Amino acid sequence: MAVIGGGPGGLAAAVAARERGAERVLVIERAEELGGILQQCIHNGFGLEALGRDLPGPAYAQHFVNRAHETGVQTLLDTMVLEITPQRRIYATNSRQGVIELCAGAVVFGMGCRERTRGALAIPGTRPAGVFTAGTAQRLVNIEGYMPGRRFVILGSGDIGMIMARRLTLEGARVERVLEIMPYLSGLKRNWVQCLQDFHIPLQLSRTVLEIRGTQRVEAVVSVAVDDRMLPIAGTEETIPCDTLLLSVGLIPENELSRRVGIALDPLTAGPIVDEGMGTSVPGFYAAGNVVHVYDLVDWVTLAGEVAGRSAADYIAGRVRPAVHRLRTCAGENVRYVVPQWLDPESLALGAQQLQLRVRRPVEEKVKVVVTADGVEIAHKTERYVRPGEMVTVKLAPELCESLRSAQELQVSVLKP
Amino acid sequence: MIEKKSLICVTCPMGCRLDVSLDGGSVVAVEGEGCKRGLAYAQDEIKDPRRVLTTTVTIFDGIHPLLPVHTTAAVPMARIPELVAALRKVSVTAPVRVGDVVAADVLDSGIDVLASRDIQRR
Ligand SMILES: Cc1cc2nc3c(=O)[nH]c(=O)nc-3n(C[C@H](O)[C@H](O)[C@H](O)COP(=O)(O)OP(=O)(O)OC[C@H]3O[C@@H](n4cnc5c(N)ncnc54)[C@H](O)[C@@H]3O)c2cc1C
Ligand code: SF4
Repeated sequence: MAVIGGGPGGLAAAVAARERGAERVLVIERAEELGGILQQCIHNGFGLEALGRDLPGPAYAQHFVNRAHETGVQTLLDTMVLEITPQRRIYATNSRQGVIELCAGAVVFGMGCRERTRGALAIPGTRPAGVFTAGTAQRLVNIEGYMPGRRFVILGSGDIGMIMARRLTLEGARVERVLEIMPYLSGLKRNWVQCLQDFHIPLQLSRTVLEIRGTQRVEAVVSVAVDDRMLPIAGTEETIPCDTLLLSVGLIPENELSRRVGIALDPLTAGPIVDEGMGTSVPGFYAAGNVVHVYDLVDWVTLAGEVAGRSAADYIAGRVRPAVHRLRTCAGENVRYVVPQWLDPESLALGAQQLQLRVRRPVEEKVKVVVTADGVEIAHKTERYVRPGEMVTVKLAPELCESLRSAQELQVSVLKP
Repeated sequence: MIEKKSLICVTCPMGCRLDVSLDGGSVVAVEGEGCKRGLAYAQDEIKDPRRVLTTTVTIFDGIHPLLPVHTTAAVPMARIPELVAALRKVSVTAPVRVGDVVAADVLDSGIDVLASRDIQRR
């Protein structure tokens, strides 16, 4: 079994596959060490769900790196996977061996996600130095020990941007503003409290960057209010002097490799369409972690990675029976997407299954999350509030197995009572 | 008179909304906590807000120039700048193991600062 990417998703898959009896499990990682993006996320809040402990990102990663070594997972570091064929031939490259070719009985994708930068390209003005994604700045400050500027404006209220606002302030920089084009916060509420409010950093909703000023280096950005169609409102411009603009405008699953294998992607998640076992549309290919959809918490990445690893181990051992019938899951009222996209009703005979979703709009009052099968309600739960930055999970009980055998489609909606 | 206040618990990523009732500045009731740590958070947040600090210290001879560190418990928020300044003067030498004590009993609080990962020698 080959795992592409040694972040928490890939490591969880590798460890789970070993524990399920897969004999040779190899993790291929392009960085010089395992752990993935968490090595630069030095803040705490990781591990409460998966480990029952509150750990900083690197400590959480370390736990799984150690587990991988203990369970006999093999690793190939500093090695970039270039191409994979549908027959699972893997072409990779590193500075020691040049191009190498491997053949795997099953492949697990664990390439994680990358930061969106597209929003930036649409910003008019000059192209001076001093524009970074929040994640690049995080790497510079937390790993390389280099401050990318002194006076910042952050575009986007994603978690990485807010976390960097706090970090930069603690390191002595000034964060002038966090600007968010949407009328609501895109990251976690707790980060707004502990990263912005604690440090009196203003968050301005429904505002964006109209223009970047400066010749060599950023000298100022011009912000502007937007209307409900996201169009700038003339007369609301404000010039904010600063030397650095950070972009925290969202993450997108990294699926160049999967696309080239011919794996079906969901345009809503930008990740592979998966079933309840994290199997993709091409037999023998599984997906673990943020490559599937952007999870709000790394703990869920680990749990989903374990599912992928077990499925891949079963595939290699010939224990996978092809699904006779599968239900399609789909997004209803105020739901952006649902994962997994396919569900084999027989899987419920083995235990409860989960559907995970994100809402389109925040609702700060009680809502009902309703699952219907071909229009008939089969499950529901109440949430005290829902926010686009926080995933919602609904359980499907094993008892539903029988009634779902003849159904075609599951729909999830989030309704005000 | 009972005053109502809404807080977001930052103890864990659930970020529960706590609806707090205050009487003369003291917490008399809390609603909405996902677990009992939310109650302690509400009490502290009203009287003495505290936060876990995560930052980095210099490490010599390591595969990276910085070692990420964290406090073992939440420290009084007002004293965080002081603690950051003190940690700026701390340095360690590789190898370091996750959980190693980098600074003990900081701010005389009984709270330690620990390494957040292993860093091998270069
Ligand atoms: C900048 C940034 C900050 C984040 N901060 C947080 C946070 O604070 N809290 C949180 O819960 N989540 C955070 N996330 C989300 C984070 O991605 C996940 O929580 C978690 O790291 C996902 O694990 P993963 O294994 O899916 O992906 P990753 O940790 O991203 O791991 C993917 C790995 O795959 C490797 N890889 C990719 N392509 C190839 C290839 N072709 N060949 C070989 N190796 C490859 C990468 O080098 C990387 O190590 C952040 C994401 C980013 C981008
Ligand atoms: S109340 Fe408990 S579950 Fe809710 S955020 Fe606080 S610690 Fe987490």
